Amino acid sequence: MTMTADTPSTTATRIKTGKLRQARITGGILIALAALVALVFGAGSSGDAVFRLSRASDPIVVPNLIVPATAFNYIAAAALAFLGARQFLRGGVRWTSLSLGFGLALAVAAFLVWATAGKSFSLTGMLQATVIRAVPIALGGLAGVLSERVAVVNIAIEGMLLAGAFAGALFGSLLGGMSGVIAAVAIGGLFGLILAALVVTYRVDQIIAGVVINLFVLGVTSYVSSQVYQEYRQLNNAPVFRPIKIPFLADIPVIGPVLFQQNIFVYGALVMVAVATYYLFYTRSGLRARAVGENPKAADTLGINVYRTRYINVIMAGMVAGFGGAWFTLGSVGRFDEGMTGGRGYIGLAAMIVGRWHPVGALMAALVFGFADSLQQKLALLQTPIPSEFLAMTPYIATMILVAGLIGRARAPAADGKAYIKE
Amino acid sequence: MEIELRGITKRFGEVVANSDVNLTIRPGEVLGLLGENGAGKSTLMNVLSGLYEPTEGTILIDGKPTIFQGPGEAIEAGIGMVHQHFMLVPVFTVAENVILGVEPTGRADFLDLETARQQVREINETYGLEVDPDELVENLPVGIQQRVEIIKVLFRSADVLIFDEPTAVLTPQEVTDFFQIVTALRDAGKALVFITHKLQEILEISDRIAVLRAGKIVGEGDPKQLTEAELAEMMVGRPVSFDVVKQPFAPGETLLDVSHLTVLRENDEIAVEDISLKVRKGEIVGIAGVQGNGQSALVQALTGLTRIAAGTIELMGTDITHLSARQRHKMGMAHIPEDRHRSGMIANFTVAENMVLDTYYDDRFSKGLTMRWKQVNEISAQNVSDFDVRTTSVFEMAGHLSGGNQQKMVVAREMAREITLLIAAQPTRGLDVGSIEYIHSRIIDARDSGDGVLIISSELDEILSLSDRILVMFKGRVVAEFGEGGKPAEKNAIGLAMAGATQ
Amino acid sequence: MSNTPATPTPSPSPSASEKLLQRAAPDRVEFEDLVIVPIFAVIVALVLGALTMLATNVSLPTIGLSYIALIQGSVGSLNALSETLTAAAPLILAGLGIALGFRAGLFNIGAEGQLLIGGMASVIVGFSLPDLPMIIHLPLALLAGALAGGLYAAIAGWLRAATGAHEVISTIMLNLIAFRLVDYLLRLPIIQKTGRADPISKSVLDSAELPRLLEWIDPNLRVHAGIILVLAAVFLVHWILFKSTIGFEFRASGENPDAARYAGMRSGLIIVLVMAFAGALAGLAGANQVLGVLDRVTPGFSAGIGFNAIAVALLGRSHPVGVLLAGLLFGALEAGGRQMQVSAGVSIDLIAIIQALIIVFIAAPLLVRKLFPWGFQRTDKSSRSKTP
Repeated sequence: MTMTADTPSTTATRIKTGKLRQARITGGILIALAALVALVFGAGSSGDAVFRLSRASDPIVVPNLIVPATAFNYIAAAALAFLGARQFLRGGVRWTSLSLGFGLALAVAAFLVWATAGKSFSLTGMLQATVIRAVPIALGGLAGVLSERVAVVNIAIEGMLLAGAFAGALFGSLLGGMSGVIAAVAIGGLFGLILAALVVTYRVDQIIAGVVINLFVLGVTSYVSSQVYQEYRQLNNAPVFRPIKIPFLADIPVIGPVLFQQNIFVYGALVMVAVATYYLFYTRSGLRARAVGENPKAADTLGINVYRTRYINVIMAGMVAGFGGAWFTLGSVGRFDEGMTGGRGYIGLAAMIVGRWHPVGALMAALVFGFADSLQQKLALLQTPIPSEFLAMTPYIATMILVAGLIGRARAPAADGKAYIKE
Repeated sequence: MEIELRGITKRFGEVVANSDVNLTIRPGEVLGLLGENGAGKSTLMNVLSGLYEPTEGTILIDGKPTIFQGPGEAIEAGIGMVHQHFMLVPVFTVAENVILGVEPTGRADFLDLETARQQVREINETYGLEVDPDELVENLPVGIQQRVEIIKVLFRSADVLIFDEPTAVLTPQEVTDFFQIVTALRDAGKALVFITHKLQEILEISDRIAVLRAGKIVGEGDPKQLTEAELAEMMVGRPVSFDVVKQPFAPGETLLDVSHLTVLRENDEIAVEDISLKVRKGEIVGIAGVQGNGQSALVQALTGLTRIAAGTIELMGTDITHLSARQRHKMGMAHIPEDRHRSGMIANFTVAENMVLDTYYDDRFSKGLTMRWKQVNEISAQNVSDFDVRTTSVFEMAGHLSGGNQQKMVVAREMAREITLLIAAQPTRGLDVGSIEYIHSRIIDARDSGDGVLIISSELDEILSLSDRILVMFKGRVVAEFGEGGKPAEKNAIGLAMAGATQ
Repeated sequence: MSNTPATPTPSPSPSASEKLLQRAAPDRVEFEDLVIVPIFAVIVALVLGALTMLATNVSLPTIGLSYIALIQGSVGSLNALSETLTAAAPLILAGLGIALGFRAGLFNIGAEGQLLIGGMASVIVGFSLPDLPMIIHLPLALLAGALAGGLYAAIAGWLRAATGAHEVISTIMLNLIAFRLVDYLLRLPIIQKTGRADPISKSVLDSAELPRLLEWIDPNLRVHAGIILVLAAVFLVHWILFKSTIGFEFRASGENPDAARYAGMRSGLIIVLVMAFAGALAGLAGANQVLGVLDRVTPGFSAGIGFNAIAVALLGRSHPVGVLLAGLLFGALEAGGRQMQVSAGVSIDLIAIIQALIIVFIAAPLLVRKLFPWGFQRTDKSSRSKTP
C-alpha cells in the first residue's frame, strides 16, 4: 500500500472509486475485445461458417446453422463496443459481471465463426465433448467445495483423481466396470481419510499435506504401472462404460446428444452436484458443516464435533474425487497411464474458486474449462493460425485473472486453511 | 435450577488458573463475578460451560454431582454462555445462528427454517429483544449481535446464563438496554452470572458479588454494602489509586495537525470523515469512542498504514500526508498498535528481534545490508531492564512472555528512542492492573518531558485519567470535544457523546 | 529520530544484563524435532518402501539386493557420488528458493514452472551466441536462467501483492502455462533443432556448458561446476536470511505480515522480492540442468524437480544448511534408485514413494511421536499448552 500522489479530492467522488474502477476495467476489456473481434475476426474472415447441429442418422434432423462470417463478426464487434462503452462511461454498476459474461460469450462466438469461416464444423459434437471433458474437472471442483466448506484446503484432489483412475482400471480389469467404480470411490475416500487425519489430527499444514499426497499417489501408481503392469498387462485392461441413451430426451436435437447420450460419469457428476447443493444448503448436516468452515470455535461451543465433521466431509470429498478419477480410465480409455490426470485436479480447484465455493458454480466453471479444452482439440481440425498451446493456456490465465479479483472477488470460508486446536 | 461449584481447581500444566473455587449460582439472581484480566474468570466459566474439564472438584446441579464431557452436555443441562468474543457465524442469518447445533429438521435431514424463525420471534416477544431472524449476522451492530447470542442460549431453554465481559464492546446506551434485558431474564427466574472487571457496572446490576484473584475466590459480598474502592482492593490485592500524578498542563507548539481527514475502508465505506485535530507538545489528547467508530482507521491514516481519501496531515510543520509509515517513524512518530498479537509484535521472534522490529534499518542496528546483531542484543537487553520487561533473556521467544510483558516490550521498542509524538492505541487492553499502572506512568512521563501523545482507547476510564483534552468519535466523526476549550470532561456527557447523542 | 548514542549506556547491574544476553540451551523438544524426527522418517519410509515391494510381488532377496544397490548407487563409488551430487544440485537450488519463500510465509508451488522457463532461457542464450568466450557466455546463460525464472515467479508475487491472489493457485496455474509455453517454444524454427519434427531444442554450445569437474579422472563422471554454484547459493541464502536486513524483513513478514507492515516494512515489495529470488533460484536449477547435464530442452525436462524441491525444503526445515543436507539425501536416493532399477529390476518410481513418505513424517512430527513413543522424551501434553 504505497502512498501514491493522490490529490485531495472530495469525498463523494472517492466513494464510488472502487466500483467505478471495476466498471472501467470491465469496460476496457470489452472495448479491447471489440477491437480484436473487428480487426482480426471481422476483417480476417470471408465466406460462411457452417455449424452442423445434427447428424444425418439422428431421429430429428435440424438444418445446419449457416452464419455469414464477416457480417456476424462486425455486428458482434459493434455489440461489444456498445457494452464496453456503456460500462466505461456510465459505470453501470449493477450490470458489470453480466456485461462481461455476455461479452466474453460473444467474443468466443466470434472467434468460432472466424475459425470456421468457409468450412463446416459440428457444434453439437463440440458441446458433447465439452460436457465429457468437464466431468473430472467438475468432480474435482466439487471435491474441493466439500472439503473447503469445512475449511480444509484440498490440494490433494489431483492425487485423489489419479488414485481413482488407477483403482478404477485395476479393479475394473479384475472384477468388471462397476466394481472398478466402487473401488475408485473407496480409494478416493481412503485418501480423504488420510488427508483428514494429517490435517485434522496431526495438524500438518494443509497445503503440504495435499502436495505430499499428490507426490505419494503419483509415486505409487507410477511404481505399480512400471513394476507390475509391464508384466501383467491383463491387470490394466478395463471395460469402458458406454453412453446410455435416455429415451425420448436423447432424441431432442442438440440438447439430446449433449446431455442425454452420455455415460454414467456425466450423469453421476450432475446428480452429485445436485445432491451436494441440497446437502450443503438445505440440510442440518450441511448447516453444521458450513458453520465448521466459517467459525469452528463457535460450532464447537454449540456441541458440534468439529473434527468429526471435517473428517466426514473430507472423506466425502475424496470419494467424489475418486469417482471423478475413474472417468479417466473407465470413462474413456480403459487403461491407466502414469500421471494421466495431467493437472485436472488443480484445474478443479480453480473451478471451485471461480465457482465461488458452490457446487453449481464449480460445475459451470468446469463446463467453461471443458469448453476451452474441447475447443482446443477441435481447432486443430480447422487449422487456425493460433497455436493450440495458447488456447490450452487460456483457462489458466483466466483463472489467474479471476483469482486476482480483477473482476470481483469471491469469499472463501472464513476458517479456510486453518487447523482447529481444541482447548 | 441451582448450581454449586465445589472445590474447583483447573491447571494447565504447571499454571494454576483456578484453585479451590467454591461458588453458588441461584435462580432469580444476578451473580457478579469480578476479577482483573488473568484472574481466572473465563477459565472458571469455561469449566462451568463444559469447554474445560476441571482438574479437581465437582459441579453440583440441584445437589447432584455432574460431569460435562463437552459444551453440548452443559447446554443440555441448561447452562448457556454468552462469550466475550461472540460465537456467531457472520455469513449465516440470525435464525441459522440460533438453531445451529439444535436444528429443527424435517424429512431427509431437511432444515426447517420456518419453525426456527417462528421460535426466534416467540423469544423476541417474551423478552422484548426485537431481532429480525432473516438478517445476516454480519450486517448487525454489535449490540444486536449480543442479543442473537442471548436468543441462542434461550432457544436451548437455558436456566443459567453466563455473560463473559458483556459490556466491553457496547456503547453506554447499549449497556443500558442490555441491563434491561438482564433484569427481564432475572425476573423470569433465570440464574445469571455477570463476569466483568468493571467496578461500577457490577455494583449496578448484581444481586451478589464474588471476587476472583489469582484463581481464588477472595471475597463475596452484597453490592449494597460495598464501595468501588473496597472492590478494587479486593480485586487487585492492594489499595489502588486511580489518580495519576501529572505535571501542570502547559502545552507547547503544535506537533500534529490534522485537517479534514477522510479515510475509506477497503469496501469504500467511509471510516473516518472530515476529522481535524491538533496535538501539541506536552499534552495528551484522548480519543474516546466505542470500538468500530473509525478509531482504527484514524490511527492507520496517521501512522501511514492506509491511504487517505482527503485531507492533510502535518507533523512539526511538515506535510506528511503522502509519506510512508517508515518515513513518519523516522520523523519521531511512535506507534503502539491496538492489537499487539496481530500487529504489534512477532510471537516467533526473540525479544531482541522484536525490539528492533521497526528500527532495524537504523545505523545502530545495521550497516548497509548487514545486521549488527551484537548491538541489537545489547541495546535490547538495556531496554528490557529499563522498561521492566520480565524475561529470562533477550533470546526468549516473545510469544512466551505474559501479556503484560509483551505489551511492555512493545512500549519499550516504541519509546526507547527520541520521539516527538506517541500514538498509543488501546495501550493497556487486556492487561493486569500492575502493567496498566506501569504503562500509564511511562505515557505520563513522555508527556511531562514534552512529547505529544495521542491515546485511543475504548476504556473511558483510561481516557479520563490520562488525557488533557478528550475528543469523542462516533461513526467516523469527532462529535464532541471536552477539556481545555471544550466542555468540562464529565463522564456522563462523554458517555452520551459516545452513543452519538447530538448536542 | 535516532539521536540516541551509538554505544549503550552502561547498565546499572551488569550481571543482570549479562544474564539477559545468555542463550538458553536448545530445548529437548526442539532437538527431537530437528534430529530424531528426520532420522525416524527416513527409516520408516525405507521400511514402508520394502513393504511396498513385498506387496507387489518382489521377493525378499531382491528387496535386500535393491537396498544394497541403493546404497552402492548413491555413495558406493566415485561415480555414485558424482551421480548423487549431480542429482542433488538442482534439488538444492530450487529447494533453497522454496525455503526462502517458506521463511517469508509464501508457498511457492511454482518451482517446476520457473525451472522450465529458466532452463529454456538458458538454452536460448546457450545456443544462440556463438564465438563468445566461456567466461562471458556461461555466466550469461546462467544469468538468463535466473532472470527468466525470477521474472516468471515475480508474476505470482506481483499478483499476490497487488491483488491478494493466493500464490498457491497462481503458481499452479503458472506451472501449467509454463508447460504449454515450452511446448510451443520448442516448435519455433529458431529454437527447434534443425531437421527434427519432435519438440526438441538446439544444443547448448560448448562455451556455455558447465564444465565437468572430474573429467580428468574419468570422462564419465558427470559432476559439474553446478555444485560450486550450489554451495555459493547456500551461503548467499544463509546470509540473506539470517545476517541481512532484507532477510529480517522476509522473516518478519513471513511470521506476521501485519506486524511487519506496522513496522514500516513494504510488504508488497517484500512479497515480489521473495518470489523473484525464489524463482531465480529455481531458474538457476533449470539452467544447471540444461547447461550441466541435458545440453538441450525437451518437453517436461524438469522431471518433477520443482515438486521434489518442495519436499527438500520441508525436510531441510527451510534452513539453508538443512536444505543442502536434504538435497544431498534426495540426490542420493535418485542416484541410488537408478542403480536399483538396473541391478535389482525394481522400478525407480519406488524412490518417489519413499520421498513422499519421508515428507509425510517430517511434516507430521505428532504422528512420528505417536508411532514411536519410546524414541522421545515423555512430554506431558498439557504442560506444553499455554493457558488461554
